Amino acid sequence: MSGIEQFETAAMADARRAMEVCNACRYCEGFCAVFPAMELRRDFAAADLSYLANLCHNCKGCYYACQYAPPHEFGINVAQSFAQLRQESYATHAWPAFLSKAFARNGLVTSMAMAGGIAIVFLLTLVLQSPNAVFGKLPVQPADGFYLIIPKAVMTLTGFASGLFALLAMCMGLASYWKASGPRGWTLKDFYQALKDAASLRYLGGNGHGCNDKDGSFSTARRRLHHLMAYGFLLCFAATCAGAFEDLILGWSAPYPLMSLPVLLGLFGGFGIILGCTGLLWMKLQADQEPSARELLSADVGLLLLLLLIAASGLLLLGLRGTEAQGVALCVHLGLVLAFFLTMPYSKFVHGIYRFVALLRHAAEQRRAV
Amino acid sequence: MQLYTLRGEMDQKHLNFDIVVIGGGNAALTAAVEARLGGASVLVLEHAPKAMRGGNSRHTRNIRAMHAAPTSVLTEAYLEDEYWDDLQRVTGGQTDGELAKLTIRSTQDALPFMARCGVKFQPSLSGTLSLSRTNAFFLGGGKALLNAYYATAEALGVEVLYDTQITEVTLEGHRVRRLKAVSKGFPLELACKIVIAASGGFQANIEWLKEAWGPSAANFLIRGTPYAQGGVLRNLLDQGVASVGDPTQCHAVAIDGRAPKFDGGIATRLDCVPFSIVVNKHGQRFYDEGEDVWPKRYAIWGRLVAQQPDQVAYSIIDARAEKLFMPSVFPAIKAESIAALAEKLGLEPTALEETVSRYNAACVPGDFDSSTLDGVHTEGLSPPKSNWARPILQPPFIGYPLRPGITFTYLGVKVNERAEVIMRDERVVENLYASGEIMAGSILGKGYLAGFGMAIGTVFGRIAGKEAARNVRY
Repeated sequence: MSGIEQFETAAMADARRAMEVCNACRYCEGFCAVFPAMELRRDFAAADLSYLANLCHNCKGCYYACQYAPPHEFGINVAQSFAQLRQESYATHAWPAFLSKAFARNGLVTSMAMAGGIAIVFLLTLVLQSPNAVFGKLPVQPADGFYLIIPKAVMTLTGFASGLFALLAMCMGLASYWKASGPRGWTLKDFYQALKDAASLRYLGGNGHGCNDKDGSFSTARRRLHHLMAYGFLLCFAATCAGAFEDLILGWSAPYPLMSLPVLLGLFGGFGIILGCTGLLWMKLQADQEPSARELLSADVGLLLLLLLIAASGLLLLGLRGTEAQGVALCVHLGLVLAFFLTMPYSKFVHGIYRFVALLRHAAEQRRAV
Repeated sequence: MQLYTLRGEMDQKHLNFDIVVIGGGNAALTAAVEARLGGASVLVLEHAPKAMRGGNSRHTRNIRAMHAAPTSVLTEAYLEDEYWDDLQRVTGGQTDGELAKLTIRSTQDALPFMARCGVKFQPSLSGTLSLSRTNAFFLGGGKALLNAYYATAEALGVEVLYDTQITEVTLEGHRVRRLKAVSKGFPLELACKIVIAASGGFQANIEWLKEAWGPSAANFLIRGTPYAQGGVLRNLLDQGVASVGDPTQCHAVAIDGRAPKFDGGIATRLDCVPFSIVVNKHGQRFYDEGEDVWPKRYAIWGRLVAQQPDQVAYSIIDARAEKLFMPSVFPAIKAESIAALAEKLGLEPTALEETVSRYNAACVPGDFDSSTLDGVHTEGLSPPKSNWARPILQPPFIGYPLRPGITFTYLGVKVNERAEVIMRDERVVENLYASGEIMAGSILGKGYLAGFGMAIGTVFGRIAGKEAARNVRY
């Protein structure tokens, strides 16, 4: 075989074969967006497969319903093929390219980043401040209590630098994916539709029937837990923005009182993340492994654990205010946040970006198909 | 009412349940659920391993349901008279009116029952047949439906034994005395009060098909489960149970010749015939490919191909027809010339070239329209092509091999309206009920009506389960 095939991965060839069987069957068209999108095509180029794979929300409905699933000789396992393909698309579009290797051993990378992040924050603090600042008992007031531990300039600079790097890397990835598999011709209405579909997780059983979280039975647990985690994350992000605004614009320094906007947002967000991530991790361990891709487990667990630890250490920091442990808690929390920023473009986190692009393309395609 | 658990008790070789259901498809599971709801202890014996459970139901997609007003999944209304007319039309009258009307009326209650069992429905989106008024589509198809039934049955306490084939149903007079089975390779003897046979037809039993079709049956492909061996059916007929349906008949369509021997299911269908010419292994045409619209003709092509030498045929189109039909599961075989295509298909190039050029010369120019009977036909050609007769001119030329694909057989056991099995002396077997394809020949004696097999299976499965549970209490 010569031609385009030799440039393709096994996952891609497998996904194409699956789509050809699915397109002749079409029993799954009621589950999600993938199958109606497939039906608009007769041929499946690599970029199209990457689009379909990222449109897939991994609800697994099509695996349990499939008359051609293993041990049938066709051996169709779209959920697994697409999961592998998604992972490949994250790596293909990662920026800078040499860091795409991080996707191959994501759990290891995430744990090393966590350890490294915490170590760097501790070392910097110890070098820049007296050990007393980290390990000593500090007064609850003055208002700039945290900055006695880590100087304001260092905290702000590190935060912004790592955050901006993550943003830049993800934008580069987005641009690359957009060029390869993004929508051609979309309207604001499509954007609004995609936003609604993403925000509601419509294709994770959002039409009411639920999805196959654990086995052949239907449930909405995974969708609910993802909402808890994702909206919890957004609340925490809002808390960070509110804190930055109050500090940098209004000049009110952290830590903030309990009844302030940054603390309240962070409190609710933190609990959301803890509940969501714990639930999702537990489900991952319970779930039938047949429709899952083993090579993704480490990335999934890595990100969930990192978010869980960030939220937990954040809440711990709140609880330890004014004690001798405050300095250590702050260093651990910020170390984890640093690890999150640095690994974000090379973690499961990017799935949201690629999925949104796919949803936007789907909205535009369906509008034109009507 | 004691439920015997099987785990760890396999070595006892004797299991005691009120009701044993033979089979693991829709008709078996609906029976098991109803029997358990009726208070009986129920054991389901499924021939297939768990991953392949569900008989032919795993390849189905919808159920034809009567309804007086629009429902969440069905549009408009579909009343008894129209349903009955549809059935009369396809069977040419080969149906038991009372059982058929009972089935039709009972489909009204089937959908709510299915929903209670966790079956999800979807609006019909696409596909070649527009059935949103008459048929309710299962979300994800038949296997998803079966998953819901199995989960329901297990939650209710029905025991399921997979990999278990019934080898003998022993009748004594008008009672079932004993069941013998092979379970996961080990012999098993079962005592039970009542048996429900829901073990399907015999379409996967090639030797049996040969009795009606001769050696050519060896070349048939079986679209559904390999476990429909008809062992229970034959066993019962041999012991004096009355039969229904023509033993020589089966529903056969032309499918992709590269399909697997068994279980190819829906994906192996080919809808290219009306836009093609179909030739046999000698490169000769043998039937009017454009006689009528495909939904009305696809079911005759299995028989037509079965009558050709080596039970094989080839559908030939040109580039212009490539996208007029549903995508095929196997890639199209393409070549730049008719002769090269013939070589790839294993046909005599000159014979195919001659057939194509004779056909091309006979095509009368007209307005080709794939969506309707366009009347674009041939003149002076035998056999003629009555519609969509556009010359095959534009490369690449495309071919698909065709083989007969057997869907189901019609021969079955005779039952009454309580799903009780009737013997040739017209008395019922006291403790034997039947549901699904094993008795469907009473109602669908000929032809095919989309979603009607599932209607019979669901309705008679439920009747058999309820009646059997009632019978246990006596």
